[in-house]
Amino acid sequence: MTDNPSPLKFHVPEPEVRPGGTPDFSNVPIPKAGSVARPEVDVDPRNIRDLAYSIIRVLNREGDAVGPWAGTLSDEEQLEGLRHMMTLRTFDARMQMAQRQGKTSFYMQHMGEEAVSCAFRKALIPGDMNFPTYRQAGLLIAGGYPMVEMMNQIYSNERDPLKGRQLPVMYASKEHGFFSISGNLTTQYIQAVGWAMASAIKGDTKIAVGWVGDGATAESDFHAALVFASTYKAPVVLNIVNNQWAISTFQGIARGGSGTFAARGLGFGIAALRVDGNDYLAVHAVAKWATERARRNLGPTLVEYVTYRVGAHSTSDDPSAYRPKTESDAWPLGDPVIRLKNHLIKRGLWSDERHKQAEAEILETVIAAQKEAESHGTLHAGGKPSTRDMFEGVYAEMPPHLRRQRQKAGV
Amino acid sequence: MPRMTMIEAIRSAMDVAMGRDDDVVVFGEDVGYFGGVFRCTQGLQQKYGRSRCFDAPISELGIVGAAIGMAAYGLKPCVEVQFADYVYPAYDQIVSEAARLRYRSNGEFTCPIVVRMPTGGGIFGGQTHSQSPEALFTHVSGLKVVVPSNPLDAKGLLIASIEDPDPVIFLEPKRLYNGPFDGHHDRPVTAWSKHELGEVPEGHYTTPLGKAEIRRAGSAVTVLAYGTMVYVAQAAVEETGIDAEIIDLRTLLPLDLDTIIASVKKTGRCVVVHEATLTSGFGAELAALVQEHCFYHLEAPVARVTGWDTPYPHAQEWDYFPGPKRVGEALIETMGA
Repeated sequence: MTDNPSPLKFHVPEPEVRPGGTPDFSNVPIPKAGSVARPEVDVDPRNIRDLAYSIIRVLNREGDAVGPWAGTLSDEEQLEGLRHMMTLRTFDARMQMAQRQGKTSFYMQHMGEEAVSCAFRKALIPGDMNFPTYRQAGLLIAGGYPMVEMMNQIYSNERDPLKGRQLPVMYASKEHGFFSISGNLTTQYIQAVGWAMASAIKGDTKIAVGWVGDGATAESDFHAALVFASTYKAPVVLNIVNNQWAISTFQGIARGGSGTFAARGLGFGIAALRVDGNDYLAVHAVAKWATERARRNLGPTLVEYVTYRVGAHSTSDDPSAYRPKTESDAWPLGDPVIRLKNHLIKRGLWSDERHKQAEAEILETVIAAQKEAESHGTLHAGGKPSTRDMFEGVYAEMPPHLRRQRQKAGV
Repeated sequence: MPRMTMIEAIRSAMDVAMGRDDDVVVFGEDVGYFGGVFRCTQGLQQKYGRSRCFDAPISELGIVGAAIGMAAYGLKPCVEVQFADYVYPAYDQIVSEAARLRYRSNGEFTCPIVVRMPTGGGIFGGQTHSQSPEALFTHVSGLKVVVPSNPLDAKGLLIASIEDPDPVIFLEPKRLYNGPFDGHHDRPVTAWSKHELGEVPEGHYTTPLGKAEIRRAGSAVTVLAYGTMVYVAQAAVEETGIDAEIIDLRTLLPLDLDTIIASVKKTGRCVVVHEATLTSGFGAELAALVQEHCFYHLEAPVARVTGWDTPYPHAQEWDYFPGPKRVGEALIETMGA
């Protein structure tokens, strides 16, 4: 026992740099592309604990695809992947602008994170189910979901598949393996595990994928999901998109003293990997590895995508209030579109001219979809869901009290 | 006709539902091998296998969250929360997810789950094994809330709940598991085997959700009750000799308002009884509905007899519990008004 105990100190983590400072990521260790081993998918998770602390990368700074994780995609698939990311980026730009023009209330863009959802989608097969957050629209774009439908939802117009009931970007499509986005954080993570458990209970072959951001891993739903996934060896891939920022809160507030988010899986005996989230080829390779584990009944995999949210959290916040404006330029893993583009150019499969041409084509396609969607209305103008729609669908069959209220509302 | 306790009737309901539909799965804490702390799932794992009835980690949000995912897949999970007092970690999953999934996805995904939980006090369970949180669920659009009061109803209502296309909160008054407890804690409880509502068919039947049952016809005053309070009200009526009409609501959401209105218009008086705390309790909703629909027939203010607005105490359990004496006093007061 100490006679004169020293006063205790309260610790609140702070990011290295705030607005006005010079962005510095020199303390973020970035392993060389190709340097991380690729274990067999049936590896014992205990033998790959180091993968939770490293970063799997395929594309190097010179634009080459290197190492044991390279080679999971054909040339055509890589070109298609580039187009998906470019489409998502253009879609975002148009919808962001539409929000600024007052055509909808809210929007959330993917800038910098396009590779994560676009590449992951290509490792899935029809019937698999994602339980996404609000920043995985690449799953829909790369899955061929009609952009017009997405825009109808964003505009809450008369063709909105969700009848105006949901905040913009909270899409839902069973056919496209896209579970209804809640807006409450992390609730979907344990649901993904439950869905996967159901698939296993029925002896089915489909797998589930849970998605969460770095900040939302702090929710207890995350912990429950890992317990259930681990206990029942659920055929699920649990993804953590670490884009460094939870609105204004840097990832250190959720991560605490743990080295990485992927390392959260180790205590559960779950195979845990970290991957360069801005590297389309690496994301796909890891997605393929993790989904194969699930399909082969080898249990869950936890994957942390190390990326950076270049834009604001949503149309409702201004990042310059909490981080240096130039921080995204300093981000050491670069831009996912440019990196894949440079790789394809280096391999003679692409060129700057073709890129510009593709950009123009994509813009034209997105604008055409936008025109069509807007012909069915935007949030405050044109066709919109009926007040009657507001009362429908609370239950399979409308109970008497809602019927009375609907009558009172005069619809 | 076989005689069943409420526990046996609830078990029989799950057995029948699991036997008829492979998509029905049952899980929760201690639910698998052991058969539940109240034995409601005893034998189901042996009969249907570990993939249909199994133990869950101690995580109510995990149990309900996983059930929601299973329902989205196409299963019909019937999960147990060991005590209603433990449901709060799952509240977000129930309120923000289960209740809203159909609506927010415009029917792309639905949530046919049942969350069973023992409710109410009277077993010296203290504040963490005695609560009646029904009002926390009746306040949520998208849920159905059921409280059976006897074995016959418990089985029929539970099968109906499992077969229902929407999420159902199924509150089982634990003091009724073994007999129709009437609040006289110092007297032995009649066994369900000696009660007519303990006669329960073996096979499949349903008791429709949203339909109340008149337990005692009467002309002087209407008593609205559910769960354990049905028998407390019966005891109070017998002891006061007041010719009350006792309505067992059975389903709180959706509510059988027609039966309530018809009765109160006939009697002109109404006493609402529940074990849960008073303020913002379900009794407030009932009282509001009665005055809204029956105001010109009322001859006395609508009375409420409920648990006090304190946490559920341990040693003072019977001071807290709204027993036959308090209900009787409210009946006399309402008749005298």
